Amino acid sequence: MPRLTRWALRLALLHLILGFSLGALMLCAKASGVCAWAWPLRGLHIELLTIGWTAQLALAVAYWILPRHPGGRRGPEAPAWAAWALLNLGVWVSGLTMALVGPRLLLGVGHSAEALGILVFAVQLWPRVKAFGV
Amino acid sequence: MPTLARWYIKTSFAWLALALLLGVVSVILPASWPSAAFAPVQMHAFVVGWITQLIFGVVYWMFPKASTEHPRGSEGLAAATYVLLNAGLAARAVGEPMAALGGPGALWLIGSALMQWLAGLGFVLNTWPRVKGG
Repeated sequence: MPRLTRWALRLALLHLILGFSLGALMLCAKASGVCAWAWPLRGLHIELLTIGWTAQLALAVAYWILPRHPGGRRGPEAPAWAAWALLNLGVWVSGLTMALVGPRLLLGVGHSAEALGILVFAVQLWPRVKAFGV
Repeated sequence: MPTLARWYIKTSFAWLALALLLGVVSVILPASWPSAAFAPVQMHAFVVGWITQLIFGVVYWMFPKASTEHPRGSEGLAAATYVLLNAGLAARAVGEPMAALGGPGALWLIGSALMQWLAGLGFVLNTWPRVKGG
């Protein structure tokens, strides 16, 4: 596994357990009223599990296993690292803004960072969606 | 493909079918039924039962070996993760309608929260050592 994939997968796993933890607290709050403070964290729960876990894992694995360019390269590394950073920045800015009822502008910034991160990843991976050996 | 990976993947398809079926049921049910009875179950059958469980199965199957002696980490922990994830989802599928209709669903929901959280933790612990170079 390349270094970027390892970092992204580890962060995805951390997002998974954090997202599951928030979900468990919210479910307990629904059942018993205990941990009612967890309810406003629903937006963060969704961000962590949809983008921070699922999307990040898919992109990390794609970066690892898609056919490589001639010479075994996976393309320029700097944009891929920037995409990874944008994606995770976006998850936390969006999630915390929803949790803390921050300004809508900040929510827009978070979602924009996620979208830009995904776009850069897509541009990076696009030429690697091809037959092996080409 | 190892036996447990097949169980994960086949069970994920069953949850997908159930999620889609619940979508049909929610349309057929009279409007007097509270939407809370099935909406959270349908959503989590789709994102946890289908998507996350499919990922768990494929990761268990395809990620780099943890070691020569235990290529897929702890098989017992992976099996416990499978049981806990599905028992937790099933408990939620029972508890949500019960709670929404005023029945004693709280214990089911708390049990569901605990089991799914433990499943997430088990998956992360077993997968973490398999995220590596080479």
